[in-house]
Amino acid sequence: MSAMTPSPADLHDRRERWLLLALLAPALAIVLLLLIVPLGWLGWQSLRDDSGFTLIHYERFLSDPVYWKTFLQTFRIALTVTLVAVLLGYPVAYVAAGLPGRWGMLVLAMVLLPFWTSVLVRAYAWLILLQRTGLVNSALKSAGLIDAPLPLVNNEFGTVMATIHILLPFMVLPLYATMQKIPKELTMAGSSLGGTPLHVFIRVFLPLSLPGLIAGMVLVFVLTLGFYITPELLGGGRTYMVSMLVSRNIEVYNEWGAASSISVVLMVCVFLVFRLASLLIPFERIMGTR
Amino acid sequence: MRLPNILLYGFVALVLIWLMIPVLIILPMSFSGARFLTFPPPSWSFRWYEAYLGSAAWMQATRTTLLIGVCSSVIATILGTAAAYALNLGNTRLVRSLQMILLLPLVVPIVIIAVGVFLVYAHVGLLATLTGLVVANVMLGLPYVITSVLVGLRKFDQTQEMVARSLGMNRWRSFFAVTLPQIRPSVISGMLFAFISAIDETVVALFISGGETQTLTKRMFTALRDEIDPTIAAISSLLTAASFLLVMLAALNARSTERRQQGRRG
Repeated sequence: MSAMTPSPADLHDRRERWLLLALLAPALAIVLLLLIVPLGWLGWQSLRDDSGFTLIHYERFLSDPVYWKTFLQTFRIALTVTLVAVLLGYPVAYVAAGLPGRWGMLVLAMVLLPFWTSVLVRAYAWLILLQRTGLVNSALKSAGLIDAPLPLVNNEFGTVMATIHILLPFMVLPLYATMQKIPKELTMAGSSLGGTPLHVFIRVFLPLSLPGLIAGMVLVFVLTLGFYITPELLGGGRTYMVSMLVSRNIEVYNEWGAASSISVVLMVCVFLVFRLASLLIPFERIMGTR
Repeated sequence: MRLPNILLYGFVALVLIWLMIPVLIILPMSFSGARFLTFPPPSWSFRWYEAYLGSAAWMQATRTTLLIGVCSSVIATILGTAAAYALNLGNTRLVRSLQMILLLPLVVPIVIIAVGVFLVYAHVGLLATLTGLVVANVMLGLPYVITSVLVGLRKFDQTQEMVARSLGMNRWRSFFAVTLPQIRPSVISGMLFAFISAIDETVVALFISGGETQTLTKRMFTALRDEIDPTIAAISSLLTAASFLLVMLAALNARSTERRQQGRRG
């Protein structure tokens, strides 16, 4: 076969490749123009001020305590949310995957129902429930458990509570998908070989469910890092997360350099988490496309 | 039943109740007769529904949101399905990294996306326009459509389309006649996700919508930050009811498709 005249198979391959590209092009163009280009622009802007190149926007991370305190609080919240979501989500997914068909679907549907409700609506509901005169406080009071209302909202507690509530489905779904594929024969074999239920769970079931667990933890952690609405509405001005720092710098101070450098650092954090996780399981697995 | 199992099921039941309560609490609040959020409400009325339906500003915001939701989810579904089809066929490293780029809007913190879109729109004059809001929501909806359709395509046996083409159909026709009917539930659920994400989207709208094009969520967010009044409960109840209805429709659609396919097989 000479290099000058491409074979029909080559021609077909080339046409196929162009077709694929043409199908991808419109979607890619939108993401490139509205996301990738601005990200690059933010990166460029974070390194400049009126006189040209500068590192001043990054130096503030060392000098201004508000910066690192905000990042610290954000990471602490993300870690708390992730751990509690594991504690709540793992048993739910376990039960949903273990129950026979219809009942399992019912549990899953109950997990998904709040998922379909607006985030704003749920933030509002938590406000009603947790405020000083809210349902929880008045119930505790009439039960005689407390004298003064507990500060449940407009602080970190309320923020964490609502964030877990919003993100729990992101923990349960990948866990459920993984657990459902674990063959029943394996755990049965484990117990027939003399393992106690706890022993079989720890040695057989838990390791097999790890990919789902990691996927859920990564999703919840990363999504919490970028949370904005919930801390803004339920944090009461005391819970300051990175997203709010970005928006304040633009809306209140018109400080684009500062906002850009914070965005870049936040993006780097998000990518590091994904990078670390992808050492354990592939990216497609986390996103649920494989 | 053994004790550990009872504890496990009890715990799961509590978690499920905790998940449902905030959603269920809103409905009674929306029928409250009082100006303040006390539970249970001291009296019952429709006044907050009247306040919402009678307000020109709220109605305008609702129309804007619905228009954005419909346009952006339809466009995202078309572009996303095309992209997923290509992603499913190609398996090179290039294709895999393109897939990662297309899923980025899901993992990049929403505030950063909002700032970026604001920057671009400020340069091209799309701030506070419907077009701008629709395009931004198309981008945010794409990952939902792509993941959903990809999952559907992975279950679909691609040789069926090959057969149709070897029998003389062109690619376009074979896709619409053979492939699409079989992946329809995943296309529809992707569209639904995109629609609900567009209706629910708040942060980008806070940055780029304004005046005439103010969305429902932007108005709600501002209202929640300033003063809480039960009008929000009425809107919330309607929003929740609407999304439940949509989910039910999608579930019914998925079941009927499944049954039809089973019928064909059996």
